[in-house]
Parts: sequence; structure tokens; C-alpha cells
Amino acid sequence: MNFEYTTDEQAFRAEIRQFLKENLPRDLSEKILRYKQLHREDWVRWHKILAAKGWSVTGWPKQFGGTGWTPTQQHIFDEECAEAGAPPLLAFSVRMVAPVIMHFGNKQQQDYFLPKIVSGDHWWCQGYSEPGAGSDLASLKTRAELKGDKYIVNGQKTWNTLGHYADWIFCLVRTNTEVRQQEGITFLLIDMKTPGITVRPIKLIDGGETEVNEIYFDNVEVPVANRIGEENKGWTYAKVLLGHERVGIAQVGNSKRELKKLKKIAATELAGGRPLIEDSRFRDRIAALELEISALDITVLRVLSAEAKKGNPGPESSVLKIKGSEIQQTLTELKMEAIGQYAHAFIPESFELNWHGEPDGADEWGTASSRYFNVRKTTIFGGSNEIQRNIIAQRILGL
Amino acid sequence: MDFELTDDQTMLQDSLQKFIQKDYTFERRNEILATPHGYSAEIWAQLAEQGVLGIGLPEEHGGFGGAVEAMVVMEQIGRGLVLEPFLSTVVIGGGMIRDAGTPAQQGEILPKLIAGECRMALAHHEKGARYALDHINATATAAGNEYQLSGKKTIVLDGAVADLLVVSAREANKKISLFLVDANAPGVKRTSYRTQDGRNAADVELAKAKARLLGKSGDGLSILQAAVDQAVAGLCAEAVGAIEAINRATIEYTKNRKQFGQPIGRFQALQHRMADMFVASVQAKSMSLMAAAYCQNKDAALRARKLSTAKAYIGQVSRFCGQQAVQLHGGMGITAELATGHYFKRLTLINQTFGDAAHHLGLLSDAILLETR
Repeated sequence: MNFEYTTDEQAFRAEIRQFLKENLPRDLSEKILRYKQLHREDWVRWHKILAAKGWSVTGWPKQFGGTGWTPTQQHIFDEECAEAGAPPLLAFSVRMVAPVIMHFGNKQQQDYFLPKIVSGDHWWCQGYSEPGAGSDLASLKTRAELKGDKYIVNGQKTWNTLGHYADWIFCLVRTNTEVRQQEGITFLLIDMKTPGITVRPIKLIDGGETEVNEIYFDNVEVPVANRIGEENKGWTYAKVLLGHERVGIAQVGNSKRELKKLKKIAATELAGGRPLIEDSRFRDRIAALELEISALDITVLRVLSAEAKKGNPGPESSVLKIKGSEIQQTLTELKMEAIGQYAHAFIPESFELNWHGEPDGADEWGTASSRYFNVRKTTIFGGSNEIQRNIIAQRILGL
Repeated sequence: MDFELTDDQTMLQDSLQKFIQKDYTFERRNEILATPHGYSAEIWAQLAEQGVLGIGLPEEHGGFGGAVEAMVVMEQIGRGLVLEPFLSTVVIGGGMIRDAGTPAQQGEILPKLIAGECRMALAHHEKGARYALDHINATATAAGNEYQLSGKKTIVLDGAVADLLVVSAREANKKISLFLVDANAPGVKRTSYRTQDGRNAADVELAKAKARLLGKSGDGLSILQAAVDQAVAGLCAEAVGAIEAINRATIEYTKNRKQFGQPIGRFQALQHRMADMFVASVQAKSMSLMAAAYCQNKDAALRARKLSTAKAYIGQVSRFCGQQAVQLHGGMGITAELATGHYFKRLTLINQTFGDAAHHLGLLSDAILLETR
């Protein structure tokens, strides 16, 4: 056991830091660090910068373009990117559909899709949840009927994140209604330009720009060649993807950066003319949050190390999901509370970088409450935290 | 970075685990509990024989390993609810002699300690101190090459079975120094009692008791702080062992206990509680690893911050898992017949040792205030 970073690891960190200093565009990091809206071109621009360096899919196996980094190196990379304010990579492409294509896709699918994820030319979105299939995902009803060499897809998906930007969607569809729910599901890759697909935005309580959508499928034709693996085996593939999704939700690097930000806000905000941070009742809550983040920071590394040995995230990834999501919520809650009365302000224009109207008061006050409202999603998506507790109880504790 | 135990450390863990399973069963522990001080000379000798009493101590005196080995041992002690004074003797007492003792003191005491012939206790706490290390009224008066100590120490953990005490006191110049005092020397009056968790303690009254300086004169507080930091890491590991054991016992109990025609572990309300206990135990283990990694760090401020983080977190988790385990066992949780209640008591008292969760959260909170200035 060794908690010190080795000389090599320190050199690695310096290399990452130098790269970010030279290559992370200032306007992008400003957007992240000041909570501005990211647009499609922002995500893609950063992805392509990383791709040019060979770092867009760092966690992948080497044969598909990954770096072969150790879990510690990966952790350092994530931490430095978060600290510098680098935009996130699109999890649906890089962390979610890609492992499924690698493990269960055929050679043609791997050769066609994976390089376009590496390069950032394909934007993927997720077609899992339906209005009637949330936590009980396996009860999904979107139908796919095989006609010749095509599936005809009809139904509705929901909670589709950033689907309005997407080139492709990975979908769970029902191909057999006669068997146990889990055994009649097929995993399809669908081109978003196919006729019959309608994307409709869902307005959220944060008041921000579109983030999630409903997607309607009306006699959408999908070539059989775009099916992953076998018909009716989709649930097995889907579960692998869900494990990867849960690890990605932990976001401990971001939370460490935001904890620093919270302390800065509390040190700047005045309460009766004194810095808020001098109020031990408020400060103790920051300390309690720091405990959770410190513990999760190490737990993430432990889970990643175990994952590197086994190849796939185990059910322990549910621990990361529960803790990571709760931490993100507490962070936004405390940041909102830190600005007191300014929490009322709602200035949608302030979501954009070119807005210069910030008056007196807390930094970024115009969007603080919006972020609090938005981040309530983290304990709901990716399998609600109650579903994670079911997974732990059944698959780890054997209850 | 690397979280794996070495082969030697894994062997140490396995052999202790086997020892506890075979020779430190719940029934055997109950017999030891029934002795006057909750201590077994036979077990102590067996631990010495296995080399466990040399953990973290210099090889030239028969010791081996360091903070990680101590963590491994303390985790098993937690799992087995071992009553014998390993922490007081080896981690705290032995550690202080290793870090501050003269070569002569090391040569005299460490071989005996490692052989199981010298049990130690830290006589530090005084009335009104709570968890402050510098609240000391006991006095030390120089008398030739030696000192004479007077004052009153309370809640000296493992004090009833100790042969050698480390005592904190103020010298004539008001500076704090540490002293070695023979527990049976003239002028040392011990009032022994049992502790809530089945161990022993003593109040110690010193009246011109003969004492030898441990470490440099006036260095007492920093030596004490270093020892307490290592003890805190040890307690964190012990708590993790006990938390994992109490969680496991709870799962087993709810799988077997039937109500409404089914095992109560089938009920989602209980499953989610146990899932939360599991999540907490994983996080607690991470904190214990961190405590072991930093407990001997030379940077005192960094070390203090890491250890307060770990102790506060593990204190919270100990309380949560302990209380929930009792609740999920129903009435059986508050009987002395199951191990669960005993784990709960030990976890509760670990939290009350060298600063509880609220105390350490406060220290971290104060460090946060300083860092923003």
C-alpha cells in the first residue's frame, strides 16, 4: 500500500497540466468554471483537441485507441481536467455505448462506429427510459418488428439527454412479448436522421436551455446490421452499460473543484458585514461535505483499481453513484444557501458567456438556484439511488 | 498509488484472522470478560509468540512492519473485539519509546514489551481536559537525574493491567514533558475499574512518584500528539473491522429472522438500510487507509487534517452502523447474548477516544477557516 504518487505519476500530472495550459481554450474553461451553457460546438471542439493528442478515449483498451493508463493515471487525468475547467467528454459515446460495441458488437460495427467516437464525429444519445419504464426499465414497450433485413421501430423514449444534438441513438427495444420481460429485449443502434424520428424537448425546473427530450419512433426502419449481438439478448448488454454509467456519475474531480469554489463563495459573501465562513454553523456543514468528498476520492480509486483487474465495474459502482450524486446535490445546496437572498435572482441571459450584467452581490448569483434545481436529477438518473440500494442489497449483500 | 497489501501483510492478516476465529471466539471472549480486568495473560502471551506485539517497532529489538501492519492488526482486533491492550502497549507506548526514547530506554523496554512482559498505558487525561492534549496540571520536579511527579490522571485506559505508564506533566518552567513511571512504584496509587466496553481503566494519583524523562524536556506535547495521531489511525482501523463485522452480523440475522411469514431481510425498508450501512463501511475503509498512510507524516498540519477527517468520518459511520445494527436486530440487539451489542458498545467507545466525530469535525472546520485567510 502506498498513498504517495510515484515520481512517474508526478511527472505524468505535470504533463497533463502543461497540456491543459497550452491547449484548453480559455473561453471553454470560462464556461465551465462560471457555469455557462455549453453548446454542441463547445463539446465537439474540446473532444477534437483531445482526439488530436490521442486522449479522447483514455480509458479504452489500447486496441481501440485507448491509452493503457493505470487507474491512478486515469484519476490524475480526470482530476486535472476538472480542476482546469475542461468540458466533460460525452459519456453516452465514450463511456456507455462504446464498451458495449467493444464487448458485444461485431467487427464491422467496431470498425465503423468506434473510430467516429474517438474522433468526435458521432454524437450518441441514450434510448433507454420510457414513460412507463423508469426504474422498472425491463418493462419497456417500444416495439421492433423484423421485416426482411430491417426492424420497424415504433414507440416512445424519454429522459433523453442532449438527443437534439445527436447523430445516433442506442436503443433498447422489445422484440418478444411472449417471454420474461428481460428476455425479449434487443439492443439497436439507430441513425437519428432516419425518417420517422421526432425529438421533442422537455422543459425542466432549472429554467435553462434544453437538456432532455422525448423521442418518438414512428415506423422507423433500422437495418439488422445495426443490431448489437443477438436478438432478445439486449438486457445483458444493457446492464454492462449501466455499470459504466454509474462509475461515470461519481464526478469526484468536479466535486473537489466545486468544494474549493464553495469555500471561496463563503469567504467572500458577507453576513452582517462579516465573511460567512466565520459562522461556524455554516462552516461545519462545509466540513461535513469535505469528509464525504475525501472518502469518495479514495473509494473511487479503490473501485477503479478493482475494475482494472476484473475488466468491468462490479456492483461496487453503485456506492460511487449514491455518494457521488449526494455530494453534488449538497454542493449546489450549500452554494445556493451561501448567497442568501441572491438565490431569488433568475437571469437566463447570464447562462451565456457574453453576458456582462452581473451587478453587486455574489459571483454567478443569477444561476446558482438553477443549478440547485437542475442537480436534483443526479439521485434520479442512471438508476435512481433507491435502485442502487436494491442492487447493493441483492448483488453484494445477498439479501 | 497502490491500495494492495503486500504478501507479508496479507499473511499477517490471514494468520490473525485464523487465530481470532479459533482462539478468540465469542464464548472465549465472554470468559475473558468475566475476569477481574477483562484481560487474558494467555492470549497476551500468544500474541507475543506470533510477533504481533512487535508491530511497528524497530527490527533490532525484535519488531517488524509499520503503520500499514498496525492497521492490519487493528482491523482484526476490531473484528474479534479483542480486549487485550495492544493499542495502549504497542501503538501508543511502544511507539513513543521508538520515537522519543533514548537508546538505553529502547534497549531496556522494547524487547520486554515485544515479549509480552511489559504492558503500557498512557496516563494523560485530567479532569476538565475533554480532548485537549495541553490541559495538564500534574507537575514534574527535577531531582538529580530523575524527576518526581505529582497530580491526578483519570480514565487511564488499560491502566489496571499496565506495568509501565507514560505520564504527561508540567515542569517548573511550565513546559510539558513526558515521563516513564513504574505503575507499581511507591507514590503511584491506582484506582481500577471496568469500562463500558469490557476493558479496564484506572484513575492514577501520583505523589512524588519516581519518574524518568521520555524524550527531550519540553517536547512532551509534540511527542504526545504524534502518538495520539498513530493511535487515532489504529482506532480507525479497529472501527472498520468492527463495522464490517456488525454489518455482516446484521445481514445474517435478517436473513434468518422470520416475521409475517418471511425473512425480514426481504423487506425493502430493511434492505435499503443495510445498503446504506454497506456504503458507509466502504467509505470508512477508505478513510482508514488514508489515516494509516498519513499517521506518521512529518507535516504536522497535514497529518492533523487527514486524521481529523478520518476520525470524524469513521465516528459518524460507527454510530450509524452501530445504531442501525441494533435496531435491525430488534430486542436481540440490546441483549448481551449476541456479539452485536458488544460491537455496538466498542464502536461507541472508540468514538469517545481521542476526540469524537463532532470534535474532529470542528478541528477540520477550523482548518478550513484558516485556509481561506
